[in-house]
Amino acid sequence: MTTTTASAVQTGQAAARATGLNKVYGEGETKVVALDNVSVAFPQGQFTAIMGPSGSGKSTLMHCMAGLDTVSSGSSMIGDTELVGLRDKQLTKLRRDHIGFVFQAFNLLPTLTALENITLPMDIAGRKVDKVWLDRVVDTVGLSGRLSHRPSQLSGGQQQRVACARALASRPDIVFADEPTGNLDSRSGAEILSFLRNSVRELGQTVVMVTHDPVAASYADRVIFLADGRVVDELTNPTADSVLDRMRRFDAKGRTS
Amino acid sequence: MFRTALRNVLAHKGRLLMTALAVMLGTAFVAGTMVFSDTLGQAMKNSYSKSYSDISVLVTDNSAGSGATARDRSDATGAELTKATVDKIAALPGTAKAQGVVGGFTGVADRKGVLIGQAWQARGANFNPDATGQDSRYPMAQGRGPQKSGEIALDREAASSGGYHVGDTVRIAGNGPAVDAKLTGIFTTDDPQVSSGGSLTLMDTASAQQFLLTPGQFSTITVQAKPGVTQSALQTEVQTALPQGTQFIVQTGEQLTADETKQISAGMSGMKTMLLAFAGISLFVGIFIIANTFTMLVAQRTKELALLRAVGAGRWQVTKSVLVEALVIGLTASVAGLLAGIGIGAGMQSLMKVFSAGMPTGPLVVAPVTIAVALVVGVLVTVLSAVLPAIRASRVAPVAAMSSGDQPSTQKSLLIRNIIGSVITAGGFALIFGGASAGGENGRYLIAGGAPFALIGIFILLPLLSRPMIALVGPLLARLFGTPGKLARRNAVRNPRRTATTAAALTIGLTLVSAMTVLGASVGGAVDRIVTKGMVADYNVTTANRMSMSPELAADVAKAPGVAASSPLTNVYWELNGRISAISGVDAKSLDKLLDLTMDSGSANSLSQGQVLVSSERAKRDNLAVGSAVQIGYGDGTTGTVTVGGVFQSIDLLSNTVMSNAEIAKHAKDDVDIRDVLVRGTDGATAALQQSIKDATGKNPVIEVKSQEDMKEEFSKIISFALNMMYGLLAMSVLVAVLGVINTLAMSVFERKREIGMLRAIGLDRSGIKRMVRLESVVISLFGATIGVLLGVFLAWAVNGTLGSSIPGLVTELPYGQLLLFLLMAGLVGLVAALWPARRASKLDILESIKTD
Repeated sequence: MTTTTASAVQTGQAAARATGLNKVYGEGETKVVALDNVSVAFPQGQFTAIMGPSGSGKSTLMHCMAGLDTVSSGSSMIGDTELVGLRDKQLTKLRRDHIGFVFQAFNLLPTLTALENITLPMDIAGRKVDKVWLDRVVDTVGLSGRLSHRPSQLSGGQQQRVACARALASRPDIVFADEPTGNLDSRSGAEILSFLRNSVRELGQTVVMVTHDPVAASYADRVIFLADGRVVDELTNPTADSVLDRMRRFDAKGRTS
Repeated sequence: MFRTALRNVLAHKGRLLMTALAVMLGTAFVAGTMVFSDTLGQAMKNSYSKSYSDISVLVTDNSAGSGATARDRSDATGAELTKATVDKIAALPGTAKAQGVVGGFTGVADRKGVLIGQAWQARGANFNPDATGQDSRYPMAQGRGPQKSGEIALDREAASSGGYHVGDTVRIAGNGPAVDAKLTGIFTTDDPQVSSGGSLTLMDTASAQQFLLTPGQFSTITVQAKPGVTQSALQTEVQTALPQGTQFIVQTGEQLTADETKQISAGMSGMKTMLLAFAGISLFVGIFIIANTFTMLVAQRTKELALLRAVGAGRWQVTKSVLVEALVIGLTASVAGLLAGIGIGAGMQSLMKVFSAGMPTGPLVVAPVTIAVALVVGVLVTVLSAVLPAIRASRVAPVAAMSSGDQPSTQKSLLIRNIIGSVITAGGFALIFGGASAGGENGRYLIAGGAPFALIGIFILLPLLSRPMIALVGPLLARLFGTPGKLARRNAVRNPRRTATTAAALTIGLTLVSAMTVLGASVGGAVDRIVTKGMVADYNVTTANRMSMSPELAADVAKAPGVAASSPLTNVYWELNGRISAISGVDAKSLDKLLDLTMDSGSANSLSQGQVLVSSERAKRDNLAVGSAVQIGYGDGTTGTVTVGGVFQSIDLLSNTVMSNAEIAKHAKDDVDIRDVLVRGTDGATAALQQSIKDATGKNPVIEVKSQEDMKEEFSKIISFALNMMYGLLAMSVLVAVLGVINTLAMSVFERKREIGMLRAIGLDRSGIKRMVRLESVVISLFGATIGVLLGVFLAWAVNGTLGSSIPGLVTELPYGQLLLFLLMAGLVGLVAALWPARRASKLDILESIKTD
């Protein structure tokens, strides 16, 4: 389905797009190339997983595309906005208004209730909350009864669901999730993943998820494989087995080469 | 374990910096106080013992001169020290030399007519030349000693500050009209009274006697012993040569030096105690910061400590490692504090030299006890403050090493703490209320006992109070500052114990400051009303040193142009019904123009019939009423009976018994004091009248002509001076409190790194993060300050309750403006304290912060 991706890039329907992205740490002897001329696009309304072994640059790619990290060269866009060259204030505003985040842990402020955490980005922006949308999001994550609870009163899975709800509540152009199930048991993880998939299928959101877990990746519409800072492969409509299969092949290649 | 502790100190240098600074400031304050007072005391002792070095025995007549009080004079036998006495002493077998000395108050005017130096140290004395025409006590630097009436010599400092040269005409004044004299000489002296801001005027003996005493009289006789005669032997000899009278005091040079030394020590130790009290407050504030720091460090290091326990460290070893850490910090900070304190001591000395040039100075005295106290206090305070956190550290279970890195969010229950706090607070408040209603000295003791309990109780309750109090400002914060405001408020109440301890440091300072301020305002207001109560005169004429004035001076004032009515207020100590009592005298005919007495019964006019007025207090105490007869023993030794003609409500200007001046004059010896002359002008209080009175006294530099406003101001100046000094000293404890706020915020920012990173990621910009930290700081500071102000006002109210009996008309006055200013300043303190932590928080790297480890 490479053609689909290509056409999305061409027709400008990508929610986020990177072109010739390079990220280099250090200089000289200690120079590490984290991203090596990566070009990738995340079409609207799609659930994309980024996979790869540790050190493959998958998190770096996400950070660069989400405006959390700077790039060495290349272009990174959210919608029609070029991230490269934006100043901190503009980047902050962009993240606030157009991007949703779900991190592996520490997503929530312990001093705020679940609902306050969900509406935090809008509160910061001073925007009014879209009540209908919020209800729908809250409903989808199944948190209706627990909105007034503090994070410490919620289980790890519930906390991550609050985090997902927060990421979606402001109707961002794209949601970046960094190992969202990394700290969860498999059942809670499955709940989060189905929720993320539902948010794409039913709410029409765009989600990009970084993971090293083939099962998690299998929830996505498309999987992009990274190794040594390069996009090495991709897979559409993956299953856990097909993903695992691909991973094994890289490993084998890595060992033989 | 010792190595672990040391490593920890080094690893957390930054985080321990504020703690170390707090300890350092406290110990520096202590050491500085001790060094300064020791140095000054030593210098003063040296200079005084030098001044008695050539005196073996000193005879003093306590009743001589205008400096003596009416009471001294009425006690005296009338005998005087004369030339005959001096000769008699000189003829004693043990005497090498005896000198009659004339001394008394003499003010010197500068060219503008203003008194040189301080009134209470302006002295005159006789120049007593030997055969060569010199007086060894006063070596002339320029010119010669005074030889006849109308000639004077001045000490060098007075001459130079007056701008006088030999040959100039100088205006001098005792307690009578001022006179002009020719300056014949300028001398040097190391008399400490002169060098510490006074002036000394020399006259020939006859003129000095005329001017300061009575002709032929001496105020003191200095005696030098022959070689081999002990001072005490000479003292016994001299005693036999004196005329009868209790007014004569014979002291040896050693006794004088010892007395002086004792007095200096007493004065110094008074100052030292006061300063040390404030140093103690700073250290007390420091305790909160140290305890807070170690609590936070232990909490942050839970995993590390658990690991230590897991690999086999015993509980005591963990405790010990924290205590050793405290010891290292305490010692380092104390040494730094000691050095800084020595610096402060030296700085204070040079500062004093700038402000009062004459202060004796000497080498810096760093007593071993200073070093010991500074080090011991610093180390003890640090280690003791760390004891509780250290014990808490030992309770960390080894299994905590294995648990995930999240901070435990569960709060230990505050229930027990709240119960204890409530009991202590209630006890303290009960004592204070009891004291306020009991009144008087006993009431003050009760309050002094209750105040620490109330303060400590409130400190224990601060965590409980923090939530509702901070919740009060919540809506305002959210409305004004949006999300950062809301987050700041939540953060402020997040860890009530930490917030409470941080705020408590400010509470202490603010409690004291506002209590002092309210007391000052209340007492000031009451005194304002008292000072001029019953006074309808326009001016009160007094001497600058509150000495008795001569009757001629009072008469001159009465004759000044523009004066409609005037009366000296005289003072005598005579026997009333067998008891020595103070009696005020006033001119009966002008009384109603100068004073407005509220009569309970009888009439003030009865004064002119030779009757007396008594105050309502005196009437009540001695069971007197109009028509009562009072036995009176006059100053001239006669006795008689006077009738009470009226009962008046007492005022500050008059004693409890009032007679007419005419009546007093009839029966007085020379024991009448004139301390005030009340004046009413034909056109009221005008600058012209003030000048005319001043002129009438011969432009006497010692005379002050004060309007009612001036009189009030004189007192309010004293109060505001005292208050300003308190503020200055308490500023140190506030400074330490600021360190505490910085410390807490820095620690909080460090602990909340991940949250801050997340907030940045989802779109809170740097300024929003900064605002959040700053607002939290302001909220905590204001919380501490508000509690302090409330507590201070309450304490001041209670103390006022006990003062009511001694200061009539005392009501608690709240200087709202000032109290509000304190709160504003506390807010500002919070803002300033947050500068660095807020900056740090906003500079955090997002990815670095949210990294999961």
